[in-house]
Amino acid sequence: MNSEMLILFFIVGLVLVGGAIIFSSLAAPRSVNPIKFDPYECGIPTEGPAWIQFNVGYYLFAIIYLVFDVETVFLFPWAVVMKSIGTRAFVEIVIFFFILVLGLLYAWKKKALKWA
Amino acid sequence: MSSTSTIYDFSTLTGSIDASLHSWMAPGLALTAELVLVGLVFLTFYALLGLFLVYLERKVCAVIQNRYGPNRVGPMGLFQTIADLIKLLMKELIPIRRADHFLFNLAPFIVIIASFMAIAATPFARGLQAVDLNIGVFYVMAVSSLGVVGILLAGWASNSKYSLIGAMRSGAQIVSYELSVGLSLLAVVVLSGTMQLSGIVESQANGWWIFKGHIPVIISFIIFLIASTAEINRGPFDLAEAESELTAGFHTEYSGIKFAFFFLAEYINMFIVSAIGATVFLGGWMPLHIGNLEAFNHVMDFIPSMVWFFLKTFFLIYVIMWFKWTFPRLRIDQLLTLEWKYLMPISLVNIVVIAFIALMGWHF
Repeated sequence: MNSEMLILFFIVGLVLVGGAIIFSSLAAPRSVNPIKFDPYECGIPTEGPAWIQFNVGYYLFAIIYLVFDVETVFLFPWAVVMKSIGTRAFVEIVIFFFILVLGLLYAWKKKALKWA
Repeated sequence: MSSTSTIYDFSTLTGSIDASLHSWMAPGLALTAELVLVGLVFLTFYALLGLFLVYLERKVCAVIQNRYGPNRVGPMGLFQTIADLIKLLMKELIPIRRADHFLFNLAPFIVIIASFMAIAATPFARGLQAVDLNIGVFYVMAVSSLGVVGILLAGWASNSKYSLIGAMRSGAQIVSYELSVGLSLLAVVVLSGTMQLSGIVESQANGWWIFKGHIPVIISFIIFLIASTAEINRGPFDLAEAESELTAGFHTEYSGIKFAFFFLAEYINMFIVSAIGATVFLGGWMPLHIGNLEAFNHVMDFIPSMVWFFLKTFFLIYVIMWFKWTFPRLRIDQLLTLEWKYLMPISLVNIVVIAFIALMGWHF
């Protein structure tokens, strides 16, 4: 029953958004004005596209995030069996965290966690 | 658990609906009818919840700022958000010149579907849960973090500077704080030994984890509250849509009902994180039991499980709203420092401490 339910929720979400947008585009008034379709920019005419190079700081955080996110994925199965396996699981996770924290400390020392 | 625990069991209700449909329909038709029924119920719930939360936010904000809030449309302004919704439905959908129209239109779908699928796994009451996966906690985290894709798409596709800055900030913030949310939920997964949400609720029959798990679980709960407030882009972490500097952030260029969907998703996400927090840390639909006070516990059993769930969830929602109207907004560097230099190391150490507690069997 579970997979049908998930597909159902997906479809209902799709119908909710699609239906409302279709209804709105039929019901709403429409008027044409050349200025109106420009992206907003404080009321002055729009200057150039917004698709430009971007601050590299976000990219650094994305990379660090990726490392720790993969780690979280490993932790979830560990957490479920932690109590049944016992000491072995605990020692293993301490070693795992030791390596991870070294990585975090390295990033910290390299000033990767500092917003520039 | 006495006979009181069964009178409020929703599985008897759903079971009888299931049986009566199967008695006069072919199995395939009955399944379709059930799916349509569940879809309609959740659609109604979703819409009403969104409208009510927007109303609640405005009232809570008004109380904190010593104002009345909406009070003209309907009794105590209850119909104000419905009027707003009708207004937004009737507004023109402005197509932005030079925007990426496909991605621009795709973004609201992703945001809404992510929140809708996350609500599917919420255990509302005893026996009332649409999807009870054995990886429930993981599923909710995975699906609700899909919303960030919609936000990034919205910001990028608009081809507007404000949208792009808002989306980038939002992306950095959501992915960072997701780690702390995951690690704080892991604390309870370690102690209860299951990721199934109904299993986690059952494991709290003799006491909620926040009471049973000593100080480390309380620390986890506080980290969860902070990190989930940041993950859903709520104040004081709402710099993705900081009105004073970015106009409206990633949804600057959206108009009419498309804008309403981003707004709605934000409020529903607030409900989802509060519901998960209430389920994992505060016992979900389990009533409050105190030690050996038999009479007190018995009275508490008579309050329906659904009432307990919504009381706890709305308490957490109130706390998150309270944050927003009390604290000033953070800067992006303060935000990332808070996550990576404070919450993240604390939650890593906390997990080890909790694993040690679980190993020694020191929890109740």
